[in-house]
Amino acid sequence: MTHAVAHHTSTGLDNRKLAFWLFIGSECLLFGSLIATYLVYEGRSVAGPTTHEILNIPLTSISTFDLLMSSLAMVLALAAVARGDRLWSRVWLATTALLGLVFLGFQAYEFTHFVHEGLTLQVNLFGSTFFVLTGFHGGHVFVGVVWLVTLLIRSLQGKLGPDKALNVEIAGLYWHFVDAVWIVIFTVVYLIQRQ
Amino acid sequence: MATSVVEHVPAAAAENRSGIWSWITTTDHKRIGILYGVTAFVFFLLGGLEALIIRAQLASPNNTLVDADTYNQLFTMHGTTMIFLAVMPLSAAFFNYIIPLQIGARDVAFPRLNAFSYWVFLFGGLFINSSFLFGAAPDGGWFGYANLTSKAYSPGLNIDFWVLGLQILGIASLAAGFNFVVTIVNMRAPGMRLMRMPVFTWMSLVTQFIVITAFPVITIALVFLMFDRFFGTNFYNAAAGGDLLLWQHLFWLFGHPEVYILILPTMGMVSEVLPTFSRKPLFGYAVVVYSGVLIAIMGWGVWSHHMFATGLGPIADSVFGATTMLIAIPTGVKIFNWIATMWGGRIELKTPMLFAIGFIAMFIIGGLSGVMHSSPPSDLQQTDTYFVVAHIHYVLVGGAIMGIFAAVYYWWPKVFGKMLHEGMGKAHWFFMLLGMNLSFFPMHFIGLLGMPRRIYTYDTALGLDTMNLVASIGAFILGASFLIFIYNVLWTRKNGQIAGKNPWNAATLEWAISSPPPVYNFSVLPTVSSRLPLWTENGVSEIPDVPPEPVHVPGGTVWPIMTATGILAVATGAIMHTLWIVVAGSLFVVFSIYRWAFEPFEV
Repeated sequence: MTHAVAHHTSTGLDNRKLAFWLFIGSECLLFGSLIATYLVYEGRSVAGPTTHEILNIPLTSISTFDLLMSSLAMVLALAAVARGDRLWSRVWLATTALLGLVFLGFQAYEFTHFVHEGLTLQVNLFGSTFFVLTGFHGGHVFVGVVWLVTLLIRSLQGKLGPDKALNVEIAGLYWHFVDAVWIVIFTVVYLIQRQ
Repeated sequence: MATSVVEHVPAAAAENRSGIWSWITTTDHKRIGILYGVTAFVFFLLGGLEALIIRAQLASPNNTLVDADTYNQLFTMHGTTMIFLAVMPLSAAFFNYIIPLQIGARDVAFPRLNAFSYWVFLFGGLFINSSFLFGAAPDGGWFGYANLTSKAYSPGLNIDFWVLGLQILGIASLAAGFNFVVTIVNMRAPGMRLMRMPVFTWMSLVTQFIVITAFPVITIALVFLMFDRFFGTNFYNAAAGGDLLLWQHLFWLFGHPEVYILILPTMGMVSEVLPTFSRKPLFGYAVVVYSGVLIAIMGWGVWSHHMFATGLGPIADSVFGATTMLIAIPTGVKIFNWIATMWGGRIELKTPMLFAIGFIAMFIIGGLSGVMHSSPPSDLQQTDTYFVVAHIHYVLVGGAIMGIFAAVYYWWPKVFGKMLHEGMGKAHWFFMLLGMNLSFFPMHFIGLLGMPRRIYTYDTALGLDTMNLVASIGAFILGASFLIFIYNVLWTRKNGQIAGKNPWNAATLEWAISSPPPVYNFSVLPTVSSRLPLWTENGVSEIPDVPPEPVHVPGGTVWPIMTATGILAVATGAIMHTLWIVVAGSLFVVFSIYRWAFEPFEV
């Protein structure tokens, strides 16, 4: 995968990029199933804390803004790598990863806070669906951060020249997808709560 | 000049092409195809053995050969094995071996990912079957309805093996799905336009799209079940307000597209066999292709016909009844196209052709009983009876397995260079057809007369002793027919007639090269100018026997199997409830992926 040998393909589209788009399509169904389940079960908990009592919209708006900004940083990182700008590709890759970490920090705080408030995986349907859905998303962000740090290390080793821009582009596709999913989750879980 | 051409040896091809290690590290799609085929056939025999024990138990009323618990494990593992470990990977064997040859490619798009898919499939199959060693084989039925699968009602390891095993197998299917879509879309030889692709490749493409969209859904259903069992969540817990139908919806949302994952590749296979032995192009190629695409799309809108008995209400029942009737149309279109292909052709009744014709006949019967389920009132009479068992076996044994064996006999000479014995092949076909009809046809009546499926015994008062005995005798004839096949394979190894490039005078690209094909497949990448390149004058550019210049062949790698081992370790740790094994396995997966990503490997 480290080779950037341009192979001829029938569509002209790089194999890895096409595979990654298919992967994202598959992931849509994965998150679709999770979100659909959350919606089906919303408001059906028979015990324990519910959405209105516990969700903190202002706080999560900040982490949402943070994640959106990371997508901007990702775009700038790709542009920097593509034009062979070593310094700024490092800066923006590091920024993207850092913003991702900050988001995970918010999530860790939120999860611990909720558990203290009595919302656990086991206590009710809201707990089960909320933690599994957002946890799945958090797991994706974590994988993305590891990926970005790997790219950053490759850059620091001087092995991330413009010929490797596709590697960054694919990581970017993943990162933007994870971001877009969060916009849906934030809207569905936090903003539009069933009365 | 001429002498130097002969001396060219493909780059990495000569070294390490024999021995076990070369198979473990192989990335050659042809070898992986053979691995898939052999492994899946062994699982197929295992699943068949389970079926024979079931039929031996049911041969006489109030039989005590096995107890109820064992019986539950047998039918669950029979279904799970046949669907996930036999039919799907048998098709995968042909995806691997045949698709690159049919589209004029030297390998799949991601050879290492391909090896990874195989090893994950193998480990998943071994993992789920290892449950027998602990006397804890899955016992919740192949569709594992909630809340029978909950910790409260299934406290043992049985369902844990099932839920973890299926998730491992899902990884293999998804990885293969991405790989084959990219291969078919992107790796075609010059001139191999989409509408020139052989129908088998087309149906495989459609199938892989279903795989990558349907498997995430069952993954999530299984994740919920896993969380319920391991961490005490409430997804399928009615006491906490959970809805048991959530499982059924998620499962069948995957499960119905899954039946097209099982049957569409087979439809592609017989679409190759029928024209070859009718000496006529496939009738209405474009319509066959489009109806396959249509089946895949409509296959997403029929899942609730598995759930009529749950009482979804008149609107849902009507909608899903109607969509189920509609999906019979593209299926029927294909059947008429196959019959029209034979019509007026010079039919040669060779073994593959017999299997293909058997497929059409049996699939029609299975399709007719299937469309009967589209009427909710009629379905309510049939749900959970042997009628459904008869239906599923007509489409999966008479349909999928018959079609797959048409392909086995058809492509065997290409893969191994020798012709299977015709007489034994025909005997296999005859006894398989006889056995399956004897076994499954009475089940229609057994079911309509009220015998429920999945009950380990029945009483004489039911009046079904004779029909059950006949079904059991048929099952053993069906099983024995595969012994003929196995003997045929062994016989052919020693005495088989050498096949040559194109023993059937077939039209598609894989028959333009030697049998078995060289490691690099095509000495030069062919240019295709016809849908039937070998039946058309100048349908394909010349492919010399010796490569005019050295061909690069990817070497072997150990990291796909290592990554798969890590995944197996994670599942093993989970079933043992031992956190450190899970963590160690995960770290090993990450380590292997990094080694994989950064190893020098040129496709």
